[in-house]
Amino acid sequence: MPRKAYSELMKAIAAGKFVFTGEIQPKKTVNFDDVIRVAKVLKEHVVACNVTDNPRAHGYLSSLAAAHIIQKEVGMEAICQMTVRDRNRLALLSELLGAAALGIRNVLTMSGDHTSLSDNPASMPVYDLDTAQFVYMVRKMVDEGVDLEGNKIDGKVKLHVGIVGNPNADPLEVELLKIERKVRVGADFIQTQAVYDVEKAKGFLKEVQRYPVPVLLGIFPCRSYGVAEFIAKNVPGVSVPKDFMKELKKAEEVGNNSQIKSKIEDINIRYFTDFIKEIKRTTHASGIHIMAVGYESIVKTLVESV
Amino acid sequence: MIITKPKAPKKILEMMRPYKRIFIVGCGTCSTTCQTGGEEQVEEMAKRVGMKVIGKAVVESPCDLRLVKRDLGKSKQLLNKADALLILSCGAGAQVLAEHTGKVIIPGLDTVFIGKIERIGRLYERCRACADCIIFETGGICPIVRCSKGLLNGPCGGMANGKCEAGGHTRDCAWVLIYNALRQQGRLELFTKFRPPMDRSNKAQPQEVVSR
Repeated sequence: MPRKAYSELMKAIAAGKFVFTGEIQPKKTVNFDDVIRVAKVLKEHVVACNVTDNPRAHGYLSSLAAAHIIQKEVGMEAICQMTVRDRNRLALLSELLGAAALGIRNVLTMSGDHTSLSDNPASMPVYDLDTAQFVYMVRKMVDEGVDLEGNKIDGKVKLHVGIVGNPNADPLEVELLKIERKVRVGADFIQTQAVYDVEKAKGFLKEVQRYPVPVLLGIFPCRSYGVAEFIAKNVPGVSVPKDFMKELKKAEEVGNNSQIKSKIEDINIRYFTDFIKEIKRTTHASGIHIMAVGYESIVKTLVESV
Repeated sequence: MIITKPKAPKKILEMMRPYKRIFIVGCGTCSTTCQTGGEEQVEEMAKRVGMKVIGKAVVESPCDLRLVKRDLGKSKQLLNKADALLILSCGAGAQVLAEHTGKVIIPGLDTVFIGKIERIGRLYERCRACADCIIFETGGICPIVRCSKGLLNGPCGGMANGKCEAGGHTRDCAWVLIYNALRQQGRLELFTKFRPPMDRSNKAQPQEVVSR
């Protein structure tokens, strides 16, 4: 029997809608202004929005705090990312209880980039639990109302637990077996790492079709050639197509800022509209996760163009 | 093998500064193999420290109190005169000497890991003494120590082309190694097995094995 849907995200997926999710990255700040500003831009175009948790192991404003604020102040549903890198099982439990109490309904479990990539590289990486065990813990909390040790929780825990998949992984078989393990433990949904190669994306989606869990395919529009280059160099396994990068580079060569901006937008819209249409038409994907970090302006056009 | 490496001479000299009479103790087992605290290194250290050195000895295994008593028996008088002991062994050996003598201890080495010696200058961590060995089901490869995140249900999203994100994709991803080993052994069903959270209570306090 399918699990009860508590969140708008899971309700939309259950209703068979092709959904879009966005992404917000809090910074090293004590102000919510930027998070709220981006949330307002995204609100009408996505069903829910991921809030990142110390990406690249850089210490930023907490994902839980930002997730709460965008729900409360902007009225947009959050998918609160939580890594197992920075917290032991007690802290994760406590954070989940806090999230559920604040009305957050989606949690995306992640290992978290290793502390060797951190802006505080002397940090101790925690990894008391791994993500499969984190999913296991959420399942116990939601399904049985207890923590890992069986201690009873007061009140009903209403949370959906997501996992990350990487269509770029090589060897892919290892990634697929890992996903299988986590689905078996009880993941509710999958969001993937950014992928640019539509054939690779389709191949991955075909493989994960055997798991009874909705998949949102990740895309990462690039607001500049520099961003594309950064992704190509720094995001494990992601290869950005050479032609796409060439086009971005060429667009930056002539024109003033606003002309360049408009050319870059055209390139992204063209590339990803075709990409999304193809995915929507030929695969069982439940939607697209748009990681337009620092490029929220493109989400509206992109969503409307498909 | 307990792998050690020498502390920077500057650091050792700094710790040594207030003391006039130094006794140097080396280790005849792991630190001899690591070439950090054997006869040769004890001699070199004595030369470097110079006049302050009033005695030196290499204990077969300074971590074994029985051998400390046996091997340092004949140096008792010199040891009593020493203001401080400079120890070229792992932290376990250094602490046995601290407890046994009550003297100021100057650690001359840093203990880095329990590991494999491939050859001189090629040492690799292989065990983190987690007190719950599972390598039977992971193809003889320990994910606690060889996965940078110590994951029991890996790999993570940081694996690319079979390499680990920590250290910039130069080291093999432990979970890809585990996958390859299990596949070769025809035991791939163990790969997808879910391993529940580890009981870490056994490492939450100083460990003791007291059997009689």
